[in-house]
Amino acid sequence: MAAPLPSPTHEQVADEAGAVEVPWQTIVWNDPVNLMSYVTYVFQKLFGYDRDKATRLMLDVHHKGRATVSSGSRDKVEGDVARLHAAGLWATMQRS
Amino acid sequence: MNGWRRTGRGAKLRLVGVFDRQEAVLLRGLIGQVRTMLAERVSDAPADELAELTGMRSGHTHPPEDPVLARLLPDFHRDDSELAAMLRAAREPELLDAKTEAATVVLDTCPPEGGRVELTTEQADAWLSALNDVRLALGTTLGVTEDMPEETPSDENLAAHLSVYHWLTFVQDALVQTRATAL
Repeated sequence: MAAPLPSPTHEQVADEAGAVEVPWQTIVWNDPVNLMSYVTYVFQKLFGYDRDKATRLMLDVHHKGRATVSSGSRDKVEGDVARLHAAGLWATMQRS
Repeated sequence: MNGWRRTGRGAKLRLVGVFDRQEAVLLRGLIGQVRTMLAERVSDAPADELAELTGMRSGHTHPPEDPVLARLLPDFHRDDSELAAMLRAAREPELLDAKTEAATVVLDTCPPEGGRVELTTEQADAWLSALNDVRLALGTTLGVTEDMPEETPSDENLAAHLSVYHWLTFVQDALVQTRATAL
């Protein structure tokens, strides 16, 4: 028995239109070499986060293997990834 | 080297550490090796006539084959290899510059015969990046993992390298702790 073909919905149209505006995310991945103290410091220094927020993000990287540390336009996120690489952190960018 | 301390305030703030001769020779040797690897990556970048005309530099499109260099220069994107290649070509030259500059700051501020090292906060940040690069390089070679056993391996050569790695960890961590208080 075949299910009827779904008809296009408004939702799908809205998704496609919205996709143009979707910003990018900077992801930092866990690395066994990088020190917890250093990763926290880099988040404070590069992004101006307070110690609590920087520590929370560092712990996410440590325990969950990754954390989203910043987001925005492609240019901004590309620059953030470059600064993290300069500091020696393992970072990538992706569409959110 | 038994840690770092702060002296002065504001623009006169300095971070001070003391290295004995053996420590200085070791540190400078490792930093120099990383700087040489970075220079080799720069020199084997593809020649680009358009870049020479426009002044817009273009670097490698592929990640380094050497695992140590690959660790120092990761891809910008995990899945989209075309985007990763484009971003690498655009960004790698400046990253190589930044890492080379950080290594050079260490070589310029750590006396070859050891002694007192006195750093501005900017120089301390360069030290932190350069120390991290050396630890990444050594960590990659030694296969350092998250749950590395604490006991000393029976292989003497490996044990010696691991003790260098742990010493670098101490130097970097102590510098982070001192530097972070001046944020």
